[in-house]
Amino acid sequence: MKRMLTVLVVIPFMLLLVPARSHAQTDLDAIMMNKYQFCNGFMYNYASWDHYWEGTFKRDNKNMGTVSTQSVMYMANYGITDRLNIMAGAPYVWTKASAGTLHSMKGVQDLSLFVKWKPVTWTFGKNKISLFTIGGFSTPLADYVIDFLPMSIGLGSTNITARGMVDYKHKRFTATGSAAYVWRSNVKLDRDSYYDTELHLTDEIKMPNVANYQLRTGYRGRYLIAEALLTNMTTLGGFDITKNNMPFPSNRMNATTVGVNLKYTVKQLANLDVYAGGNYTIAGRNAGQATAYNAGLFYAFYFCKKPKS
Amino acid sequence: MKSLFLYTFIMVAGSLLVTSCSKSIDERTNNAPALAPANMDIDAGSWKPVLLASASEFNVPAPAPTNTPDYVAQVNEIKAWQKDLTGEEKSLVNYWSAGAVLRWNEILRELVAKYNLPPYQNPDGTYPIPNASNPLAYPQFPFANPPYAARAYAYFSAAQYDALVAAWYYKKLYNRPAPYKVDANLNVLIPKSDLPSYPSEDAVIAGVATEMLKLLFPGEQDFIQQKADEHKRSRIIAGANVRSDLEAGEALGKLVAQKFVARARTDRAGAAVGTAAVWDQMEKDCIAKGEGYWISQEVPKRPPMLPLFGKVRTFLFDSLTLVTQIRPGPPPSTSSQKFKEETEEVLYYSEHPTRERMRIIHFWADGVSTVTPPGHWNSIAAEDFIKENLSEVRWARNFALLNMAMMDAAIVCWDAKFTYYNPRPSQVDPRIKTLTGLPNFPSYVSGHSTFSAAAATILGHILPSRATDYAQMAEEAKMSRLYGAIHFRSDCEVGYTCGQKVGDFAIQRAKADGAE
Repeated sequence: MKRMLTVLVVIPFMLLLVPARSHAQTDLDAIMMNKYQFCNGFMYNYASWDHYWEGTFKRDNKNMGTVSTQSVMYMANYGITDRLNIMAGAPYVWTKASAGTLHSMKGVQDLSLFVKWKPVTWTFGKNKISLFTIGGFSTPLADYVIDFLPMSIGLGSTNITARGMVDYKHKRFTATGSAAYVWRSNVKLDRDSYYDTELHLTDEIKMPNVANYQLRTGYRGRYLIAEALLTNMTTLGGFDITKNNMPFPSNRMNATTVGVNLKYTVKQLANLDVYAGGNYTIAGRNAGQATAYNAGLFYAFYFCKKPKS
Repeated sequence: MKSLFLYTFIMVAGSLLVTSCSKSIDERTNNAPALAPANMDIDAGSWKPVLLASASEFNVPAPAPTNTPDYVAQVNEIKAWQKDLTGEEKSLVNYWSAGAVLRWNEILRELVAKYNLPPYQNPDGTYPIPNASNPLAYPQFPFANPPYAARAYAYFSAAQYDALVAAWYYKKLYNRPAPYKVDANLNVLIPKSDLPSYPSEDAVIAGVATEMLKLLFPGEQDFIQQKADEHKRSRIIAGANVRSDLEAGEALGKLVAQKFVARARTDRAGAAVGTAAVWDQMEKDCIAKGEGYWISQEVPKRPPMLPLFGKVRTFLFDSLTLVTQIRPGPPPSTSSQKFKEETEEVLYYSEHPTRERMRIIHFWADGVSTVTPPGHWNSIAAEDFIKENLSEVRWARNFALLNMAMMDAAIVCWDAKFTYYNPRPSQVDPRIKTLTGLPNFPSYVSGHSTFSAAAATILGHILPSRATDYAQMAEEAKMSRLYGAIHFRSDCEVGYTCGQKVGDFAIQRAKADGAE
């Protein structure tokens, strides 16, 4: 039953928690690739929970034990200019329940594409403020089963994301805040009727849209980046899991997590970034209380001649 | 510059996508056409009822003539409503004009889905049992699981059928025309019909529904009464009935329903939950036979679902017939080579799911929080009946046949399950992981197979042109349980055979009820 965390939190997390700085930036941070710079690599994510919120009621479920979601995501970023980057990623996801009889699920999940634009930067003394807008698109790469939560690997919707972000930098100290609106398409079930708060004689589900917020702050050095993160995802609508019911794709899935990000660029191999991070869900609704870890390795280089400047 | 162009392009394309993809959904029966029966079955008053001794068992008084001031006043009530119709009132007319049996069947399915949730455990690891006399306290009454739902659909449909047979008897007897036949100037919002309007068939159905649902979903009185009021109002607004048509119909519906309620109170379903002593004895009996026995795989262990439901009174045959002619022989011995082979087969399906098999599993799963397998077959039947332009009384007759067959199928299936108390595949081999929820009761025989075969058999008789399709659907439903790794092949195949036998009894009834 409750894989919410999986998709709701874990998958966004795979997108969110990717490293920073010159390589391997994400749609959630203030790092830009330079013009013609290409970075790509893999991120591994492990998230698990043994308690979850059924609506607002926190419980465990011995028929699932600990539910885990793992993924390996390929990610690539490219600097069209110093101020305009594009990013793409796609994960392979697999789930497992440690107890009970529910079968695990696995497969390729969603392709995501982002465009990040930094139109404005103000500098005053040792302070710098930059504004960003980010547009995103994601869609399933395969017809995976969405109606087997929490074992399903995804929710199956095609999403369009619009995000605004402000980044403040004082010497090596940084603080970044952003807010996003995620429009989600309807999804289809393999069955031809379902009950949410009423009976629907259709296989199609109206998916509520989602708001996403993040604050991150910490040290951003030449080789090392260390940040603390506070992230919130709020579903704008949807319904609560009824008592002792299974979760459903259009549940009101919310989660607030705290986490850390570390990224290190190997001095002797400046093309190589090593990334590690973790986060913990401190509040949620229709979501698992997940603890997640991730680690990644990214390689960056210039496609063309490195431009002067 | 180039990049700005790219960015703009993506943003414009994105916003176009958003605006072009409206989220509104057309549900399948939202815009079902208004009922315009090809044949009004004017002689249905002579059809054989299920429980009524005769169509005239309950008296319906003769209506006032249509030239009396009282009748004229009632027609004026219609005109007063029609003067100033709101959008909501028009949509009520559209909704209910698709058919009263159809809409109330959908409402019952909705209630089943809402109440189809197993209770959450107590802190001490036991489970609370829903209490009919305190339906709103947790766990809400009822837990509308498949046997409960099968019985609910059957009583609901059979009572509607009997009440409409009685209504048709009085319609023909009194032959009061519809108000638009009396007053040619009356505005009518539905297709006109030559069917006499007293007593109103819609009010009969609403009366049956409110009365039956007091028993079946006692916590939903507000909701049900609101639906019944809207239903009756829609008939006046539409110009289809005057108030006295409705009053006589509702009264008749309630009287007939009470007869079914009385039967339901004594059909032994109330004791189907059993007791701890009953559950233990079933296990001991199985051990005494030297066979492996079913154990709940839930944590904490949950008592089996309605172990004495196999003792409930059937509609289509008696209990001796059930035991001697329909109850299947025992499943393969748990120590036999065949059992071992069947377990291997389940393991294969567990370990090799394909997308197509997953589709089949989930299409037919009809598990927690759904209308259940009998509800699914109601939905299949309803959407076919819509195309047939049936009279309300034939709608009710077809649903009564279908749902009595599925209730009896549930009884036959539960009888086998708790006679043999056979283990589930995942209990025998822990490597077997299930691709849908594991039901909490013994394996042999498969409920889905029994329900589906019974449904496909009687529906194939009712709509012969669809018989092959129904058989294919039932076959797929049957296999879905093996694919889902929750049933052995024997469970499915033997269950299917039992269901066909039950369906044949329904066909016998159909051939003899005077409607063909």
